[in-house]
Amino acid sequence: MSAKETLTGAEALIRSLELENVEVMFGLPGGCILPAYDPLLKSSIRHVLVRHEQGAGHMAQGYAHVTGRPGVAMVTSGPAATNMVTPLCDAFMDSIPMVCITGQVSTTAIGTDAFQECDTVGITRSVTKHNELIMHPDDIPLAVRQAFHIATTGRPGPVLLDLPKDVLQNTMTWHWPTDEEVLESLPGYRPTVKGHPRMIKEAAKLLLASERPVLYLGGGVLKARAADAVRELAELLKTPVVTTLMARGAFPDDHELCYGMPGMHGTATAITAMQKADLLCALGARFDDRVTGKVATFAPDAKIIHVDIDPAEQGKVRKPDVPIVGDCRLIVEEIVKAVKELLAEGTTQADITPWRSRVNGWKEQFPLTYDASEPGARLKPQFCLEKLRDAAPEDTILVAGVGQHQMWASLFWNFRKPYTWVNSGGLGTMGFSVPAAIGAKAARPEATVWAIDGDGCFQMTAQELVTATTEGIHVKIAILNNTYLGMVRQWQEMFYGERYSEVDLAGCPDFVKWAEAMGCVGIRVESPEEIDAAIEKANSINDRSVVVEFRVEEFEKVFPMVPAGASNDDVLLHPTQESRREYLK
Amino acid sequence: MTINANNPYGDSRNHHILSVLVQNRPGVLARVAGLFARRGYNIFSLAVAPTEDDDYSRITIVVDISATPLEQIVKQLFKLIDVVRITELDPKKSVERELMVVTVRADGENRGQVVELANIFEAKVLAVGADAMTISLDGNPEKLDDFEDLLKGYGIVESQRTGRVALPKLDREARPRTLKGKAS
Ligand SMILES: Cc1ncc(C[n+]2csc(CCOP(=O)(O)OP(=O)(O)O)c2C)c(N)n1
Repeated sequence: MSAKETLTGAEALIRSLELENVEVMFGLPGGCILPAYDPLLKSSIRHVLVRHEQGAGHMAQGYAHVTGRPGVAMVTSGPAATNMVTPLCDAFMDSIPMVCITGQVSTTAIGTDAFQECDTVGITRSVTKHNELIMHPDDIPLAVRQAFHIATTGRPGPVLLDLPKDVLQNTMTWHWPTDEEVLESLPGYRPTVKGHPRMIKEAAKLLLASERPVLYLGGGVLKARAADAVRELAELLKTPVVTTLMARGAFPDDHELCYGMPGMHGTATAITAMQKADLLCALGARFDDRVTGKVATFAPDAKIIHVDIDPAEQGKVRKPDVPIVGDCRLIVEEIVKAVKELLAEGTTQADITPWRSRVNGWKEQFPLTYDASEPGARLKPQFCLEKLRDAAPEDTILVAGVGQHQMWASLFWNFRKPYTWVNSGGLGTMGFSVPAAIGAKAARPEATVWAIDGDGCFQMTAQELVTATTEGIHVKIAILNNTYLGMVRQWQEMFYGERYSEVDLAGCPDFVKWAEAMGCVGIRVESPEEIDAAIEKANSINDRSVVVEFRVEEFEKVFPMVPAGASNDDVLLHPTQESRREYLK
Repeated sequence: MTINANNPYGDSRNHHILSVLVQNRPGVLARVAGLFARRGYNIFSLAVAPTEDDDYSRITIVVDISATPLEQIVKQLFKLIDVVRITELDPKKSVERELMVVTVRADGENRGQVVELANIFEAKVLAVGADAMTISLDGNPEKLDDFEDLLKGYGIVESQRTGRVALPKLDREARPRTLKGKAS
């Protein structure tokens, strides 16, 4: 590009997004963002028109979850920008790379309470990794490059660019900044990537010396594409592995070293292995309160190796013995090397066979379990999940809403590969699953995408199935309909003396008719006899979205459970396992 | 962000001074203040000023470290993209200065005493009214505290302090801990 080219701000924006290799974006136009929608007509970028801006945000997240590439959403100012706050916060909590473009009133009108003006950068400041109000069209390409750079490097997260209407309309002289210009423009942003060699060596020594080690995998393992490296480390030392809610799929569930999910609704084995460990090697995990339970009594005998790209996570909750800041994949590869060197030099690994047999003993004694339903009674949600799991095509992507069904989905599914699990962990956003499933399917059209949803969650964002129909992005939704806000009901039953306050969703709509009205196939399953055929039918439909409503037991509870604020030592087991509690020693 | 009201100026045991170099971009002060508010960190004072380089400003924050460890505050600050460098100044090894402007009751009979007090502290009388005068004093924050205490006896009508600015002491022991911008 030799001659100076003049573009409008809007053209510069769309061209910049194309140059960042955006293939699909999710959004809905309106007054202030109108100029940007005009050049979009000629663009190679696919735009998915949503029914509610929150949907656009969660779709962008779903896209990012399964690809690792930033999801892009574009919406107008004011109410559209505020509708985007929930997905931004969700992406911020779960470190999901995302770039969000919002329209803004013209620079001349900013601060006058103009129509659909709101302080978008002010409102979203604490829920984005970074945000910026662009005041001149010349700044657009650099701002876009910065946004993608910031969203995808270091600890990933959402970045928002707020673009006033006149900035989109006015002209600029096109210039696409070089990598050096981007770096120079961000003097305060240099994420540490390489781990400290001495700390890496220290970690290797601790891992070899430990008699009761556990690898504690968090979502950072997936963000860093470190699953292969982590597997090599685990297999080299035969270290038991637990995968948090954000790390499901980072290590295969059917691997002999995998003990599933720790935390509030984790497996008794994963919880107890962490409690009794003498070494926790935390990889891209942040010692979330849902994992640690009462912090003061969490893993009391464990030394901590903490690998995280965000220095602020080191020591935020638990002081590490060996903090290593940097990219999880690079660091784990280095730890593997260091361990091999130490072994070659004659260091021997401590005998961990007693520990492994102890952990395996727990796994045998405390498998996931539920009581089968009585003949004629409603289906058990866990049974539905087992059926869905066993019939799911290879490489199915599983998405979940928030509530009991989310916990059962995480517990009862069998994750074999990374990036096959999409859920809202940190923020716990009801209504996440339908749009996130659509975003995941837009990214991976060849994969089957099943969303496990609650009847409460579904009613928050179901309208995006209209988007799915019109855009031809066909997903499958399983509603585990217990006619309650089930997770809240469980807490009221257990901790509020069965005083049920505003959790009964009786009078919910006819989900089959609703699905059909949105252009989907609707199927209702009420008895065990119907289940196989219904799931088979759902799996065989590829030209429409499918909603399967499972009428499930209303009063089923999720076990195990560590009550909020309690110690992980006091995990409540499934009632049929309580009598065996002493084995958890 | 809470301004610590019990001990508004802090003392050397529970305060630390962070000299934060930021890119001079719109909203940068809101980002810093918002971070303190959101994470529940306490501050004693905050002063912002341009630096010798137009592209950067310096925010001097006196933080209350009795509730949150300094390390966590510094690391969270680093995560702000606009924060370029944070220099942590130990109050024992730095020079701190603050400016106070105070209007104090000073009628015929005690005006002389107030002026005398101002002279002892090397303060400046900025304006004189019928029964009050406005005085300015700069110096280290403890000196300002003492002066303010003594004036209270006469009746302070209004007073304002700037929040402190600080630089490392120039003796051999003063090695400011410069924490390089490793944000993530
Ligand atoms: C937006 C939002 N509002 C409220 C909550 C609190 N909450 C957590 S789980 C839950 C119940 C979810 O009900 P449902 O979707 O039917 O799922 P179930 O627990 O019954 O499986 C509620 C209300 C939330 N997580 N998100």
